[in-house]
Amino acid sequence: MKGSFITTKFNHILGWARKFSLFHYPYVTACCGMEYMSAACAHFDLDRFGAGWTRFSPRQSDMLLVVGTITQKSAPVLKIVYDQMTEPKWVVAFGTCAVSGGIYDNYAVVQGIDSIIPVDIYIPGCPPRPETVLDALVKLQEKIQNQEQEWRWKKRKY
Amino acid sequence: MAMEKKKILEELKRKFPQEIKETSTLFRDETLVIDGDSILEIVTFLKNEPYEYTMLLDLTCVDYKGQEPRFEMVYHLFSLSRNHRLRIKTRLSEKELSIDSLTSLWNNANWLEREVFDMFGIHFKGHPDLKRIFMYDGFEGYPLRKDYPLRKRQPIIPLRK
Amino acid sequence: MPTRIQKEAKKENILLNMGPSHPAMHGTIRVMLELDGEKIVNSEVEVGYLHRGFEKICENRTYFNLLPYTDRLNYVSPLINNLAYVMTVEKMLGLNVPERAQYIRVIMNELSRISDHLTCIAAMAMECGAFTVFLYKIKAREFIWDVIEETTGARMTTSYIRIGGVKADLHPDYENSLKKAINETRKVLKDVDGLLSKNKIFLNRTRDIAVLTPEEAISYGWTGPCLRSTGAYYDVRKAHPYLVYDLLHFEIPLGERGDNFDRYYVRMKEMEQSLRIIEQAMEKMPKSKRPSSLMADGMEPAKAIKLSRKKRVEEKIRLSPNLRGSEKEVYQDILTDDKRYIIPPKEDLYTSIEGIINHFKFFMKGHGIRPPKGEVYFSVEGGNGELGFYIVSDGTDKPYRLHLRGPCFHIVSAMEKLIKGRYVADIIPTFGSFNMIGGELDR
Repeated sequence: MKGSFITTKFNHILGWARKFSLFHYPYVTACCGMEYMSAACAHFDLDRFGAGWTRFSPRQSDMLLVVGTITQKSAPVLKIVYDQMTEPKWVVAFGTCAVSGGIYDNYAVVQGIDSIIPVDIYIPGCPPRPETVLDALVKLQEKIQNQEQEWRWKKRKY
Repeated sequence: MAMEKKKILEELKRKFPQEIKETSTLFRDETLVIDGDSILEIVTFLKNEPYEYTMLLDLTCVDYKGQEPRFEMVYHLFSLSRNHRLRIKTRLSEKELSIDSLTSLWNNANWLEREVFDMFGIHFKGHPDLKRIFMYDGFEGYPLRKDYPLRKRQPIIPLRK
Repeated sequence: MPTRIQKEAKKENILLNMGPSHPAMHGTIRVMLELDGEKIVNSEVEVGYLHRGFEKICENRTYFNLLPYTDRLNYVSPLINNLAYVMTVEKMLGLNVPERAQYIRVIMNELSRISDHLTCIAAMAMECGAFTVFLYKIKAREFIWDVIEETTGARMTTSYIRIGGVKADLHPDYENSLKKAINETRKVLKDVDGLLSKNKIFLNRTRDIAVLTPEEAISYGWTGPCLRSTGAYYDVRKAHPYLVYDLLHFEIPLGERGDNFDRYYVRMKEMEQSLRIIEQAMEKMPKSKRPSSLMADGMEPAKAIKLSRKKRVEEKIRLSPNLRGSEKEVYQDILTDDKRYIIPPKEDLYTSIEGIINHFKFFMKGHGIRPPKGEVYFSVEGGNGELGFYIVSDGTDKPYRLHLRGPCFHIVSAMEKLIKGRYVADIIPTFGSFNMIGGELDR
C-alpha cells in the first residue's frame, strides 16, 4: 500500500516536472508558421507556460509541433524526424492542413498527419489564433499530468 | 506609345512572314502565334537591339485536350527599356512533344522548363539537366494534364490506419 | 536515384545536406552542398516540398470559390495575392471599381507589404544572431494585424478583396488604430536601424557577399527589392500603374552593389515609403456616405442584442446583418454597380425576390461569373517582385488554366550561382535576404 502511494506520488511529481518544461521542435512548412511566430513572441507568450525556448534539434526536444501542410514529398522526412526523437514524446498537429489535409484535397497533400505518426493534440484553424494555441498547450499539460509516466527503473508489467 | 507598340507587331510580321501565323491584341495584351520550330530564331531576334526584350517573365503550357495539336506553349517577354510586354504562343502536338530550350539565352529558363516538364511531360532539346522539380522521384504521370485525376495519390511511405 | 551533385562530386569532398526541415524558419527547401573544408565547391537546391497543387485545384473551382486559395500563396502578404488575382479577372470582365474601394485596396496592400518586409528582415536578423530585432518586428507586425483584423475579421488569410471591390468598408474607428500602427512601426524601424545598419558584425556578415550585377539579375528574371538592390530601376507600381498609384507621391529606393546588405537596406527604405503612401491615401480618400444612425457603436455587443430585441426598438440600435461595414447603404462605395458579378446585400437577399434570384444565379453551378473567352495576364508589385496571374478562360464559370508567375521562383533559381565559392556560414544571411516564401515558390 505504501509502495503504491509513493509510486503514485512520484508519478504526479514527474508529470508536474515534465509538463512545465516542454522543449518543442517546430516543423514549420507553411502559413501556420506565421501564427506560430506570433504565438511565440511578445504579445502572446509561449514562454510563460514553460514551452518557451525552441530546441533546434529533434534529439533534444520532447514535443514535435507539426505546423503547416505536409505534402507527399516531405512525408518520409517527417517520419525520420519523429523517429529521431527520444521517449517520452508528444506530437501536436497545428492547423487544419496538418490535422486533415485542409482545403487541399488533391494528389500532392497528405490528408492528415495521423496517417504517418500518432498525434496527441489537434489544433484546428486556418490559421489558428494564438489564443487557441495557448489553450491547446494547457490541454496538453493536463494530459501529461494525468498519464502514466515512464521512468527508467519502473517495474514493467509484462 | 501606342503607335510604337503597333509598329512592333507589324515589323515582326514583315521580317518573318512564314513563321508568324497570327497576331492579336485581346484585352490589351499583344500576342504572337508562331510555328514551333522557329521559336529560338524569333526570340534571339527580339532579345537583341533594337527591341531589347531582356527579361523572360514566364514560360508555361496549356493543355487543350480534345483539340489537335494538344499542347500550347506560352512565353511572356518583357523589355525594361521600352516598358512593353509581349506574349508568344506556339502549338505542339502529342506525337512530337519537344521544343528548343531557351537556356542559352536566359538563366531562369532552366527551372521554368523543368517545371513544365514535370507537370506536362514536354521535352526540351538542349536543356542541361531535365528532371522533375516539384514532384518526387517515382511519381508516375504528369499531374497538370487534363487526364490526370485530381485526387489520385501515390504515397511514398506506407500509411497507417 | 542519385542526385546531380552526388554524381558530380569529387571523392575527397564532403557532401552536406541542409535538409528540408531546418530551423531557418523559411519553410521547406533542401540545399545539398559539396564542401572542401568550409568552402562550398558546388551546390544543388531542391524545391517542391510544399507543392500543394494550386494550379490543378483552380481548374475545379469557380472564379469566386478560389479566392481563399490565393490567400495562402504568399502567406506573409495575403492581401496582395488577392488583389493580383482579382484585378486579372476584372481586366477580363472590364469592370470599374469605385474610388473609395481603390483607396482602401491601396491601404491594405501597403500594410501587407510592410508586414512582408518586417517578417523577412526579422527572420534574417534572427538567424544571424540578433534575436532582439525579431521580437521588435513581430511586435510591430501585431499592431498592423490588429488594424487588418478590425476591418476584415481575420488576421492573416482574409479573402477581403473581392471581384468588383472590397468586401466591407473600413471600421469607423480605423484612423486611431492605423495611426497607432504607423507610430509603432516608425519607432521599430528607427530602433532596428540603430541596431543593425552600422553594426560591425552585421556588416561583416552581409557586405559584399552574394553580389549580382544588374544584367545578370535581369537574365535570371529577378524583380522587386532584389532587383532594385542591384541598381536596375523597375517597379510595377510606376511602370504600369494600377489602382490609384499614379496619384500618390512616393519614391523607389535603389541599391548600389547588389549584395546582402543592399537587399536588407532597400527593404527598410521601402517600408518608410509604404508608410508615406498610407498616410497620403488616408487623407485623399473620398468620404463615405454612411448614414450616421446605423449601429450601436461603442456599446457592448451583448447589451446591443438585448436592447434590439425589445418590442419598441429605437432607431439607433441596428446590428449589421453581415460583416461590419457591408450594409446596403455603403455598397455603392465599396463594390461596382454591375450586378452580375457581385453578391447582393443581405438586406435585399432576405427581403425581396429579386435579391434571392440574384444571389441564386451568382452561386448556381454553371452560372455566376463567366468571363468571355480568351487569355489575359496581369501583374502587381508583390512583396518580392512582380506577381502575375495568367488566366485562360473558355467561357464557363471555372478557369480553364490558371498560372501564377511567382517572383520567388526566379530569385531562388539564382541561388546555386550565388553561394558558389563562399563559406557555409554565408548561406544563412543570403538565404534570408531572398525572402523565400514556400507557398509562392512551390505553388
